[in-house]
Amino acid sequence: MAHYTLQINGKSLEADVDSDTPLLWVLRDNLGLVGTKFGCGIAQCGACTVHVNGAAVRSCTLAVSAVGSNKITTIEGLSANGDHPLQKAWNEVDVAQCGYCQAGQIMNAAALLTKNPKPSAEEIDNAMNGNICRCGTYHRIHEAIALASTKK
Amino acid sequence: MSTILKTNRRDFIKLAATAGGGLMLGFQLTSSVASAMEEVSDVPVVTGTIDFNNYLSISPDGIVTLISPNPELGQNIKTSFPMIVAEELDADWSKVRVIQAFLDAKKYERQLTGGSGAIPHSWERLRKAGATARYMIVEAAAKRWGVPSSMLKTDTGMVLHPDGRKLSYGELATEASSIAIPTEVKLKDKKDFKIIGTAVRNVDNMDMITGKPLYGIDFYREGMVFAMIQRPSAFGMKLKSVDSTAAKAMPGIIDVVTFKNNVAVVGKSTWQVSKARKLLKIEYEAEGTIESSTDHDRLFKELMESKEAVVRRKDGDVETAFKGAAKVITREYQCPFLSHSPMEPMNFFAHVRTDGVELVGPTQTPEAARTEVAKLLGVPNDKVTVEITRLGGGFGRRLKTDYVMEAAELSSIIKQPVKVIWTREDDMTGGSYRPAVRYRFEAALDASGNLVGYKLRGVGINVGNSTREDNFPSGAVDNLQIDSVEYKSPITTGAWRAPITNFLAFAEQAFLDEVSIAAGKDQVKFRLELLERAKKTPAGAIKYDIDRMKGVIELAANKAGWGTKKDVSQGFSVYFSHRTYVAQVAEIEMKNGRPILKKIYAAADCGVVVNKSGALQQVKGGVVDGVGHALFGNVTFKDGAAEQKNFNSYRLIRIKEVPDVEVHFVDNGIDPTGLGEPALPPTGGAVANAIFKATGKRLYNQPFTKQEEMKGVNLGERM
Repeated sequence: MAHYTLQINGKSLEADVDSDTPLLWVLRDNLGLVGTKFGCGIAQCGACTVHVNGAAVRSCTLAVSAVGSNKITTIEGLSANGDHPLQKAWNEVDVAQCGYCQAGQIMNAAALLTKNPKPSAEEIDNAMNGNICRCGTYHRIHEAIALASTKK
Repeated sequence: MSTILKTNRRDFIKLAATAGGGLMLGFQLTSSVASAMEEVSDVPVVTGTIDFNNYLSISPDGIVTLISPNPELGQNIKTSFPMIVAEELDADWSKVRVIQAFLDAKKYERQLTGGSGAIPHSWERLRKAGATARYMIVEAAAKRWGVPSSMLKTDTGMVLHPDGRKLSYGELATEASSIAIPTEVKLKDKKDFKIIGTAVRNVDNMDMITGKPLYGIDFYREGMVFAMIQRPSAFGMKLKSVDSTAAKAMPGIIDVVTFKNNVAVVGKSTWQVSKARKLLKIEYEAEGTIESSTDHDRLFKELMESKEAVVRRKDGDVETAFKGAAKVITREYQCPFLSHSPMEPMNFFAHVRTDGVELVGPTQTPEAARTEVAKLLGVPNDKVTVEITRLGGGFGRRLKTDYVMEAAELSSIIKQPVKVIWTREDDMTGGSYRPAVRYRFEAALDASGNLVGYKLRGVGINVGNSTREDNFPSGAVDNLQIDSVEYKSPITTGAWRAPITNFLAFAEQAFLDEVSIAAGKDQVKFRLELLERAKKTPAGAIKYDIDRMKGVIELAANKAGWGTKKDVSQGFSVYFSHRTYVAQVAEIEMKNGRPILKKIYAAADCGVVVNKSGALQQVKGGVVDGVGHALFGNVTFKDGAAEQKNFNSYRLIRIKEVPDVEVHFVDNGIDPTGLGEPALPPTGGAVANAIFKATGKRLYNQPFTKQEEMKGVNLGERM
């Protein structure tokens, strides 16, 4: 067990956990930030996507000991009032079915738009291919990202 | 024409006004439709003895609150049910709020999600509830203004006086609570619908996209412990011995408990129990047959010749028809087991106390969960409460209660509140699965290419009846026999989205494609001729609506420009399942010598479309699911254990592999049927038939990408 001070959503948060604990489980079990989802545990589905210094990272395979002072953003911290252009687009396009994967989809898409504010259709699909949606809402995921990329 | 429905006054009851005033109506979502509507009771309105199961309240500030009883797993019921009530109420949708109900079997007779059945079950009752509340609001306004209610109109939460005066529902709610409940209500003419048929966004959108704790796996209770369970390593095995010394010594581990064939590691966090579980030393021994997929392949072939098939339907004289046939076509089709793999892995919270049992989590069937847990623990049903969380997908997996019972049993042993979590590997290797099935179809054609005989045999593993004997083309062929053989295996199976039809439809539609070509007929015309035939001279019972089936066939063919496109290979299919008709045309284009699945047209007849947005999602999602599983879905077994354990070996469709999907609905005003399943079954057939047209290769088995015929063909990415 070790003590960690993590920079999450603009705050310093403390956790006493084993050093090999994936960030995912620190967020979910210790810090009550359950918007980041467990899907596969092996970085294959993208449900657990968070930002580390703005880049999309699968938190299920990122040990807490490797986080250090890097800035973590989770879905809860993506925007103050759920009004990130992607969140607005997700609502407008009515993307979600069961909704479980959508936080990870949005976090992954947000990192894409930071790097590439006007992605082409192909760039959207390439960037999102690591995120599984079992309900098959892919058309609307694509549409919502395209929509958000037209607004800022 | 609007409809006048008599309401049994027992159907509605005014509940005590809320502290701040307002109107609160209880209504029956469950009484048997016919009798409840016809009978007019003379029992005084407020008897206080009737247990109402749904509540509609209008507060003085105009907020309309409704309870949604059915588990929500992405079928969008929590949005579409209230839309129906709000329509008849003429409510302002922006002021409608929806609350997810707990399980209450006394109150809800069909509190489950499965079979695409919720909307057809409740359509009329929901409309009546909205119309009743609207009536009372209008009467209250008439009283206040001293005018006959017939003068008044309603719109978007307002009562309108002809002279331009307006009163909001909120302003009238308290007064409405003193209006007598009507004995009959007028339902709207469907052409006057303002909410039904529009695209209404999911009521939980903001919570889902801001990461609020909605799902079972998000549930947390102060003082609860976490557990993971090691289940047998293979089907057909049972627990022999456990050495948990090393696991128990790990940090954060509270206990290791053995019950039935389960070894549960209980601890302070998910990660700690998952790490400790890996240190368990467990021996298993065989208690049933230990099967591999190679055994199943052999069994399928043997049982296909079984003399002990159960005959499901027999019309005419099949033997004679085949003997006299000019041409006989025989084909076999086989599908593998599939994992349900909802994105939220199985999990459940249980707290077994001395005075009762509390269960919280994602279930499609809360009533069964309660009954079985009560039985398991030997407590009365009414001592068990079930809180239904949002479900991160279900696909049929959460119709089973194994994961609920495990949690309850563990809590009863450790006497603590516990959340049991399955890893993805637990989920994929622990069952249950879509059953593996093999079909043999035989068709007899006469010299003019008429289908005069038809045989289907289904052999399935833990599947029950693997056929749907009354489905098309039954009724259109004079001589027909459909039978099934079942093999019992230790591998657990269960309903998987669109049970049976999820593969049967592919096999049937791929077979009919071949038969139509053998008969020298266009695939669409061939089906339409069979339907015409069934209409003129039905052979035996017909359990589908011929005109509705024709309707979707014509709509899909028309929208896709069937047979008119160059450089595009089209495949057709149509299927009626789960009360809804769906026809599809798949289009393949060749690019650099390889076939690309570009587009699927889907035409659906589910009657009235309640929510345009939700309905489109259901059809598109169903098609995507159908494509993905036909191309990739595959669970194989080696020595009783599933060989695919996570998404690195069990392939689900991804965004780059999804074709465009264009959806059209038949607009016929018929009362709505469900859409959670019916778009999936026809997809595999349309795709396989298009692949044949593009490549000349016939696919008989799923997943397509694993077939010999598709070696070197990349069917995946569309770009």
